[in-house]
Amino acid sequence: MSDIYDVLIIGAGPGGYVTAIRAAQLGFKTAVVDREHLGGICLNWGCIPTKALLRSAEIYHYMQHASDYGLSAKEISFDTSAIVKRSRGVSGRLNGGVGMLLKKNKVDVIWGEAAVDSVAKGNQPGQVTVTESKRAEAPKGAKGAGTYQAKHIIVATGARPRAIPGIEPDKKQIWTYYEAMVPEAMPKSLLVMGSGAIGIEFASFYRTMGAEVTVVELLPQILPVEDAEIAGLARKRFEKQGIKILTGAKVTKVEKGANSVTATIEGGDGKTQQITAEKLISAVGVVGNIENLGLETLGVKIDRGTIVTDGLGRTNVPGLYAIGDVAGPPMLAHKAEHEGVICIETIKGLHTHPMDKAKIPGCTYCQPQIASVGLTEAKAKEQGFAVKVGRFPFAGNGKAIALGEPDGLIKTVFDAKTGQLLGAHMIGAEVTELIQGYVVAMNLESTEEELMHTVFPHPTLSEMMHESVLDAYGKVIHT
Amino acid sequence: MPINVLMPALSPTMEKGNLAKWLKKEGDAVKSGDVLAEIETDKATMEVEAIDEGVLAKIVVPEGTADVPVNDLIAVIAAEGEDPSSVQAAGGANGKASPEPKPAAAPSPADQNTTPGGGHMSYERVNAAPEGAQPGGTPQGGAGGRVFASPLARRIAKQDGVDLAAVEGTGPHGRIIARDVQAAKASGTTKAPAAQAAAEVSKAAAPAPKAAPAGAAPAGLTVDQVKGFYAKGSYEEVPLDGMRKTIAKRLTEAMQVAPHFYLTVDCELDALMKLRETLNASAGKDKDGKPAFKLSVNDFVIKAMGLALTRVPAANAVWAEDRVLRFKQAEVGVAVAIDGGLFTPVIRRADEKTLSTISKEMKDFAARARAKKLKPEEYQGGVTSVSNLGMFGIKHFTAVINPPQSSILAVGAGEKRVVVKDGAPAVVQVMTCTLSCDHRVLDGALGAELVSAFKGLIENPMGMLV
Repeated sequence: MSDIYDVLIIGAGPGGYVTAIRAAQLGFKTAVVDREHLGGICLNWGCIPTKALLRSAEIYHYMQHASDYGLSAKEISFDTSAIVKRSRGVSGRLNGGVGMLLKKNKVDVIWGEAAVDSVAKGNQPGQVTVTESKRAEAPKGAKGAGTYQAKHIIVATGARPRAIPGIEPDKKQIWTYYEAMVPEAMPKSLLVMGSGAIGIEFASFYRTMGAEVTVVELLPQILPVEDAEIAGLARKRFEKQGIKILTGAKVTKVEKGANSVTATIEGGDGKTQQITAEKLISAVGVVGNIENLGLETLGVKIDRGTIVTDGLGRTNVPGLYAIGDVAGPPMLAHKAEHEGVICIETIKGLHTHPMDKAKIPGCTYCQPQIASVGLTEAKAKEQGFAVKVGRFPFAGNGKAIALGEPDGLIKTVFDAKTGQLLGAHMIGAEVTELIQGYVVAMNLESTEEELMHTVFPHPTLSEMMHESVLDAYGKVIHT
Repeated sequence: MPINVLMPALSPTMEKGNLAKWLKKEGDAVKSGDVLAEIETDKATMEVEAIDEGVLAKIVVPEGTADVPVNDLIAVIAAEGEDPSSVQAAGGANGKASPEPKPAAAPSPADQNTTPGGGHMSYERVNAAPEGAQPGGTPQGGAGGRVFASPLARRIAKQDGVDLAAVEGTGPHGRIIARDVQAAKASGTTKAPAAQAAAEVSKAAAPAPKAAPAGAAPAGLTVDQVKGFYAKGSYEEVPLDGMRKTIAKRLTEAMQVAPHFYLTVDCELDALMKLRETLNASAGKDKDGKPAFKLSVNDFVIKAMGLALTRVPAANAVWAEDRVLRFKQAEVGVAVAIDGGLFTPVIRRADEKTLSTISKEMKDFAARARAKKLKPEEYQGGVTSVSNLGMFGIKHFTAVINPPQSSILAVGAGEKRVVVKDGAPAVVQVMTCTLSCDHRVLDGALGAELVSAFKGLIENPMGMLV
């Protein structure tokens, strides 16, 4: 019989490992269980390695346009395996970093598939059985299969790609992000099903690397969660780059050939067409990993494939908690991390508040980048706000021109009555690094006044945030 | 340089007061010594005197404003040669507001003998703009300094007339955030018409008056919780005045902080009643032909408590955090019921004073208490108090100690009772008294000693004459 843990976390993704470190900081004896990789999808098969791929694509793109900057570059080419190798190296390095952080904080790593046998009752701790993982070798120093006891058990098992019946990924012609991240060769043509962040990032990457790309989106707008104006600008840019976009369209049938797939696509107008491509990427969302954890036996409440919590990570079963993707949308690493910290601090008895999901930013690292926080203009109006909207184009910003990035827009949505910052939406170079200014302002409950009074450094792209705010109140300078 | 008139601290414990009345108007010339305004504190009404000459340029806090924090800007005086119409406050007072009232502004009980009496307090001069002051910027001042609120919370509060000072913050470090203001607005308890009025009076540096949180008393059930128990319309809502808040706060604190125990004793009154009759009959007439004094039983009780304290010196003491303060002379507070509350003016040197002096002082105290004209130093201090409900026919009760005192004597009605005397029933007049003791200072035996000294004096009242 092993020691009793104060906290045992199932899943070492960004939610799980951050929660584990915070738990250790709070003085809890903590363990984290994983079956495949420290750092989860984010670090190994998601956020981070895709950024590495996109960086290669970005530099490739710059090299192709070297003459725009007075430079010359000849015989520009790429080595797919080297690009992939770099991407894997980035993941590997960070994966090792997570291991070190856990070790430094004296968090035990347990390797295997976990299932919850029981939760704590009275003085009796809960129990988790860990069986051997067939997915990956245990990292050095990890504990193995066995039964473990813990007073608090946190489920942070994340999510996996959703599969549409009849279009199940086969790892050959039909890819998910796993395969799309480690191509053996660049496909000549690609069909991307779904235009959320994952679909669009791969479409952007492969298009830059030279593939013929078609994006099929069921809804009338690509990047459906983004502001319609921004999504419209994005579509124009993508189409200019040569990406073919079909919205309001549905893939009804997929036939696999020897080295291709042929998809039957039904348009919004009822007409069907067939598109043949070398590969198809299924990026139609993700579903929570709720299976084989013993949740049914414990009577844990599930809604639409994710675990129901009270906003502080508590499930309906005392002693059992859930955070991150498995606890519901938005399924983002930064949401999982924050949710985990709230959960563990709640367990500690600290004063916590549920996270305000309206203030979680989202970033898409396509070319051009897209970032947003809060309500879109349409959503704000739908919720009954009289809005004041400010816009500022990249073309009016000195730094953007100097960078050779004159395309883009920063849009700010205020409540006309109170000056509350309702939302911000951006498209253009480096906007994923600009959005946090709005996120901070929103969390501090700034009104337009504080933002107007803030001095932004010159020359920076961040000045566009200032100008966009000024524009909402008719005080913009550079347009 | 314009002179800022700040809300004075009328007593060392004063945190806020009500601006009852302005006696000068904007534009009036002001001389040193002129009474500018009347301030209503916890228990008394005081006058604020000018100590500068000039013209009252701006009244920042309008009269009738409740709960103005000490050191908040209340008016601006234009000095000689300055144009009153162009005078601006030399800076919001809030930047300087400290949680502790300025001790210099109020006589402490210790030096009350050397402080000239009279209910006049002077404000403190602040001529230079205090560091960090934001005239017209963030107007909220609080008893504890700034009210921390997000910009959005401030904006919504201003638009909807919600008084931020009455809103509980749930943001980081208790900061008030938008949802707190929205919740306060939804509960509908925090309208601040006074704040809006103030803003209209002075658009410049007008610190909005701070209303006390609805329950100044230590937390119990919330307003909404309490209301939830009763049918709507079955009650009338009575706002708390300063006295009610103080009583609620101090006495709740007393019961929580001071471990009370109670000693009850029956005192025979026959000898005292006989002596009282004799003394009252012997009183000379004053120039109006009225008796020079008319001693009450309570006067004897006060005197007896005073003497008893000096006879049991260990009991003539109060608790002071990490020590006990022991006194040489006896200070006895006397509870005086008035409309809407009570005062406990303190008879100083009750051990030394004659019964007729005590009697006269009490009459004066009682009259001024009813007019709410007692000075703070007259009801501060004291080692014990006497609370007499005999006139209501109450036979026996226990009283709550009035901090920082260490005991209180609850006096019941004097009534004829049959008692056993020398093995036979006898009819005597008896008064039941119960001493509430603070166990931190008084142990059972010590309290009993005090009570029996008191009983001895009441039953052998001649001892009080010498």
